[in-house]
Amino acid sequence: MSTTDSVAWPGTRIGARPLAERLHGWVTTVDHKRLGILYVFYGFTFLLIGGVEAAVMRIQLIRPHNDFVSPQIFNQMFTMHGTTMIFFVVMPIVFGFANYLIPLMIGARDMAFPRVNAFSFWLTAFSGMFLYYSFVGGYGLYGLGTAPDVGWFAYAPLTAKTFSPGHSTDFWTLALLVSGFGSIGTAVNIIATVLSMRCPGMTLGKMPLLVWLNLVMAALVILAIGPLTAAQLMLLVDRYLGGHFFDTQAGGSAVMWMHFFWVFGHPEVYVLVLPAFGVASEVIPVFSRKAIFGYPIMVAATIAIGFISVSVWAHHMFTVGMSAGGNLFFVLSTMAIAVPTGIKIFNWLATMWGGKIHFKAPMLFCVAFLFQFLIAGLTGVMLGSAPFDWHLGNSYFVIAHFHYVIVGAILFAVFAGIYYWFPKVTGKMYGERLAKLHFWLFFIGFHLTFDFMHVPGLLGMPRRIYTYEPGRGWDAWNFVVTVGVFFQAAGILAFAVNLIRSSLRGRPAGSDPWDAWTLEWSTASPPPEYNYASIPVVKSRRPLWDLKHPEDPDWKYE
Amino acid sequence: MISIGAALGQATRPALSPTDIFAPVSTPAESIFDLSLLVLAVAGFIFIIVSGLLTYSILKFRKRSNDDGREPAQVYGSSQVELAWTITPVIIVLVLFLATARVIFSVQGAPHPKNALQVTVVGHQFWWEYRYPGLQVVTANELHVPVGEPTFLDLLSADTDHSFWVPRLAGKTDLIPNHPNKMWIEPRQTGVFLGQCAQYCGTQHAKMLLRVYVESRPDFDRWVRQQAVAAQADDPPSEGRRLFEHTACINCHTVQGTAANGRFGPDLTHLMSRETLGSGIAQNTPENLRRWIRRPDDLKPGSLMPPMGLTDQQLDAVTTYLTSLR
Repeated sequence: MSTTDSVAWPGTRIGARPLAERLHGWVTTVDHKRLGILYVFYGFTFLLIGGVEAAVMRIQLIRPHNDFVSPQIFNQMFTMHGTTMIFFVVMPIVFGFANYLIPLMIGARDMAFPRVNAFSFWLTAFSGMFLYYSFVGGYGLYGLGTAPDVGWFAYAPLTAKTFSPGHSTDFWTLALLVSGFGSIGTAVNIIATVLSMRCPGMTLGKMPLLVWLNLVMAALVILAIGPLTAAQLMLLVDRYLGGHFFDTQAGGSAVMWMHFFWVFGHPEVYVLVLPAFGVASEVIPVFSRKAIFGYPIMVAATIAIGFISVSVWAHHMFTVGMSAGGNLFFVLSTMAIAVPTGIKIFNWLATMWGGKIHFKAPMLFCVAFLFQFLIAGLTGVMLGSAPFDWHLGNSYFVIAHFHYVIVGAILFAVFAGIYYWFPKVTGKMYGERLAKLHFWLFFIGFHLTFDFMHVPGLLGMPRRIYTYEPGRGWDAWNFVVTVGVFFQAAGILAFAVNLIRSSLRGRPAGSDPWDAWTLEWSTASPPPEYNYASIPVVKSRRPLWDLKHPEDPDWKYE
Repeated sequence: MISIGAALGQATRPALSPTDIFAPVSTPAESIFDLSLLVLAVAGFIFIIVSGLLTYSILKFRKRSNDDGREPAQVYGSSQVELAWTITPVIIVLVLFLATARVIFSVQGAPHPKNALQVTVVGHQFWWEYRYPGLQVVTANELHVPVGEPTFLDLLSADTDHSFWVPRLAGKTDLIPNHPNKMWIEPRQTGVFLGQCAQYCGTQHAKMLLRVYVESRPDFDRWVRQQAVAAQADDPPSEGRRLFEHTACINCHTVQGTAANGRFGPDLTHLMSRETLGSGIAQNTPENLRRWIRRPDDLKPGSLMPPMGLTDQQLDAVTTYLTSLR
């Protein structure tokens, strides 16, 4: 491919090549930047779909005994919403960020295995579409579609043929199985790239924190996806080959499914949140105009989180009747993870302390990320105290808690990252005013929805109910929660308009609009296909700082 | 923040909701409540400190309009500070862990007196079966227990996972097939306490409501005596009873002392002693009962009870028979 290929962002002029040829270029590409963009674009497309599913649920719950949708549809909505948001929104987006940024940040020309990279993306892309095909084909070939309705963690024995006839559960199982292979491919690729493709001078201790966080994330993917894949295969054996792993009517174990799922499920939370930490660790220093505070401790805390996160899974199972000793172990490991996580929050704060904070859109989202992640962590400690969890678990409180993590922390960091690197990816500047409108709409909507969602949980409202009785004191809270959804939707609209308009008509951004310090800002915007004409050589964690401040370079202090 | 407010408010005020977790009236729920106040206080304290620091730094260190354009002093880290904010959380975590451990042992390790009331709870899609071994009582959806003494529940499931959660009495415990669980309550106050299934169990998970009637010992004994007698057989059998026993009703339902001995649906021997129908979703009135028998899906779409296709006359007859089951 010619070098002009790499600027084929929609709307940029790249000569007179026909549309079909340009699209073909996107389908056959093995360039890490294009695959990164594809991942992120794919993730945001599914974000819209998952958002509509959430809105359907919230409209149904706006008042007691509402009949906007049937219980069957409602149960499909929460199953599809959860599955979509975890596997086909946040995972693709964090993989997209890793794909796009890691080679640029470590001074490499591509990922270690470009074709594995493309293969992994298309597996993920296929599996998401396959899952949604269940709406059409879930009951076989009769056009009688029905989406999976077993919940996103699909507890046995609800997934057994007895309770889930038809094929909707099989679509769910196979979609996760296939996307799991894609995830493992990407994780292997990230690890190989980070370990073997760094430019001269970039020791592990000089890598940008985003790269470190993605390295640990990739290691967790490899640990976590295996048990999930095994469980899906066992479920398929149960459903089609007469197995009884989870088939309780024939002596199988429902609790074993829970262990398999959460051995995947909890590290998965960190798979999603570590890359978000990565974005914050890049954006906060640049917009505070200070080096990250305590780099070695940040790396150590990341690795500690990685290790501890594989030992906390059964805190999702405090109500399934574990022994007191079992409960105690998972209380301790769950609370222990608050320590390295707290260290991270303190280090981000210390980075801002004494700086000169520029409140551009990326920084606004990062400050909100910090605030919301703090609250998410504190409600996490409450849930980690097992007896408290006997109330809070499976109530709306836990829904509010993990949306605080996934929306309040991860999605806010993703927005920060999109605005921060948008000028690099497209060569155009986004509209700051529209970005701030997006921020405030989304911030208000988020807090209306998820702050007030804690309360019905404390008042005894369990999750996954399609309707509720009046007189429980839940009505007003649920009304406010639903109102917040419309603010969030308006924020997303502002975001989409901004990106489309700016990529078509934004003013040129130049190679380094933020006066930043990591390597990706030293090449053109958008970067050429080969990233760097000559491979850079670095001496510190902030190579561009050294370049801009030859009188006071970082390598003197590291 | 809101949760802290709710907690502190609840310590002095009556319940905000019949299912308020901060208005406990039973021993295990009270132990959890005390622990939750400690956890909330610690979390609230950390929140105020850290969000205060965050607010201060975004106000104090924002770029001024008269900024000179120079970079601020670059600080790379500080071992002393890092040590301080590592050790402090470790201490807090240890305190919370020990407090939590105490409550776990006090709830899970509670002594089980031999003469305590024992009830077997069986979760079904989408209703609750209660069996009182030794008392010859089998009932559905409305659990009766005496006040001031512990009741131990054996939790079983006939089909999928369920969870027993009556927030004012105890935390939730799951009912899992092939995995018998236990829990206990010791209510201190009479009254009806509400809750509902807290583990997704299928289409009608939302309408699998729980009602626990806490009664004085004499009232409870009276209830047991009344439940333990078989239904009075009418002679000759009424038209409604004949219909009931000649359609599929008896495949699923039991009426003690008659031919009906099905186990799939609720025991109807003393149906009219219950206040609600369909696992707490409607008042147990003859009109509602008739509606329910005509088409259960009208009240509870996805309910596993099929409509029997009875004519209006037959519906009247069956309803009359069922309303005689006191």
